[in-house]
Amino acid sequence: MTGSLAASDLSVRYETPHGTVHALRHVDIEAHPGEVIGIVGESGCGKSTLVTALANLLPANARIDGSIRYDGVDLAKLDAHCQRLLRGDEIALVGQDPMTAFNPVLTIGDQLVDFQHHRKDLGRAQKRARIAAMLGRVGIADAERRMQSYPHELSGGMRQRVAIAAALLTDPGLLIADEPTTALDVTTEAQIIHLLRELRREYSGIIIVISHHLGVIAELCDRVYVMYAGEVVEGGEVDAIFHDARHPYTQALLACDPARFHERLDRLPTIPGSLPSLTQPPQGCVYAPRCDRAFAPCTTIAPPLVKLATAHVARCHAVMP
Amino acid sequence: MLAYAVKRIGLGLLILILVMVAMYAAVFLVPGDPATVALGPRATPELKRLLIERMGLDQPVWWQIVEFFRNALTGNLGYDVWSNRPVSTLVLEALPNTLILGLTALAVALLIGVPLGCLSVMRRGTAADAVIGVLSVGVIAVPSFVVAIYSLLVFAVTLRWLPAIGAGEAGDFISQVKALVMPAAAIALGWIGYIARMVRASMMEVMGEPHIRTARSFGLPEWKIVSKYALRIAIIPTISLVAVGLGSILSSAVFVEAVFARPGIGKLITDAVNTRNYPVVMGTVLIMTAIYVSITIAADLLIARLDPRVRDVFRG
Repeated sequence: MTGSLAASDLSVRYETPHGTVHALRHVDIEAHPGEVIGIVGESGCGKSTLVTALANLLPANARIDGSIRYDGVDLAKLDAHCQRLLRGDEIALVGQDPMTAFNPVLTIGDQLVDFQHHRKDLGRAQKRARIAAMLGRVGIADAERRMQSYPHELSGGMRQRVAIAAALLTDPGLLIADEPTTALDVTTEAQIIHLLRELRREYSGIIIVISHHLGVIAELCDRVYVMYAGEVVEGGEVDAIFHDARHPYTQALLACDPARFHERLDRLPTIPGSLPSLTQPPQGCVYAPRCDRAFAPCTTIAPPLVKLATAHVARCHAVMP
Repeated sequence: MLAYAVKRIGLGLLILILVMVAMYAAVFLVPGDPATVALGPRATPELKRLLIERMGLDQPVWWQIVEFFRNALTGNLGYDVWSNRPVSTLVLEALPNTLILGLTALAVALLIGVPLGCLSVMRRGTAADAVIGVLSVGVIAVPSFVVAIYSLLVFAVTLRWLPAIGAGEAGDFISQVKALVMPAAAIALGWIGYIARMVRASMMEVMGEPHIRTARSFGLPEWKIVSKYALRIAIIPTISLVAVGLGSILSSAVFVEAVFARPGIGKLITDAVNTRNYPVVMGTVLIMTAIYVSITIAADLLIARLDPRVRDVFRG
């Protein structure tokens, strides 16, 4: 089953002893089967909260507003039991850190059999056969023996391959990869990106890739959403975002990408200032305090989402369609 | 794994030897003449000398220790100075009763404590969790001999449901079980609390680990996550605790056997100490230490069995 995903006016806040943290505010995102969507932003911009909300894994102190419609069903309104039935069936998550993603005292094969628990039609032997085939497909040689291994006996790159295999085994309509390469070294990262690129050719569902690495996003995605301080500030086709960025934050982010500088710099460029408090988000534009193009309304009036082209939007007072 | 096992067993034997050396040193250093204490102030010097010779106390201490181990290797633990029966026979007669008592208590404590701990985690922050917490701390705080005496008063004296003393009629299973209920409960009660707390604490930690999130992200039911994914890791500290605690379970058996006049190792040691029956004390202590050391080794091997990471550390 494949369906479209649309989060509209999605807000998530965490109730903590130190006050309410508005981790996600009025986020609109959509994705269609066959698309690879990238979500990019610096640490603390709400990427992980967005993933957690899409995967129905928000902690108990999280409050959710707005809707996440997947295949016509509002995930935010489902009860815990129905949410659990979707996880590992329709929605699969590849986590950030392959080193800690698996249970250390159970074999890979044992865990991957359990992860197929929604497939009541398959016996244990059939499940193991599927695992062996899928491990081969994600590039793990000697799959039968690897199924007997414990997670710590595998390298980080191999574990991330296993994590991807685990997610694919469930035939999800929505595959979320949360920083799939962040914990890996550069060579392994390139291999995993290569693997994901290959997989997207055969896969018909939605893939959402979260990263703070612009290169990963550029290589993998069709469309990108740029997040800042809990809001989506710009969204559009990969080409449009990387070559015709309109939001001042996206422009600044691209200007700071170390991959852009070919010669060695004494100092890498940074965006001056720091993230606004998420306990008391600013009244106007979240980026206004750091923006060099801010003018009168920016600090008091929240900017609307301006439609620049068919798929290109930016939340800014200073952009014109 | 084999090298690890051999190393642990070697260390265990060393502990045995050290314990016995300490025991002999204690007898040697404790002031007072054991023969006088045992026979009373009006004993004749000949009788005293005879007793001292029978217990081997006229020999140098190091020689006593060497003799003891040389005999022990052939299965001879010495003879009861009063009845002249072999100590090994006395111990073998008493041991099953104590082992049944200790293991029953432990099994009861694990069978109730572990599920209670898991339940606490699954219902964390609720009234059930709070009630289990308060009860656990409550039962930990009550010493086993207090439970023994009060249960004796309530269930044996007032209600007359259970026998007050003994280990039941030989060959009558029902009466043996009835005789086991109160002593086992007296020992187990505090351990239920300990184990429930321990399982809860280590499981709360495990439940926060990323692999639990992975299991959740695949929609595994919560009971399966708790009982398979978390418990296998969270049970490890509890196994160590229980293995170390077995020493304290066996020592509470000494009190409990005394309260219920239940034949067993505890009663054997208490009686032997009271009558200065040194061969019996030494033999019994050796057997108890050996049991305790083997249980600790077994627990370490079990942990290595449960946690492949530990297994590899010892392999490498």
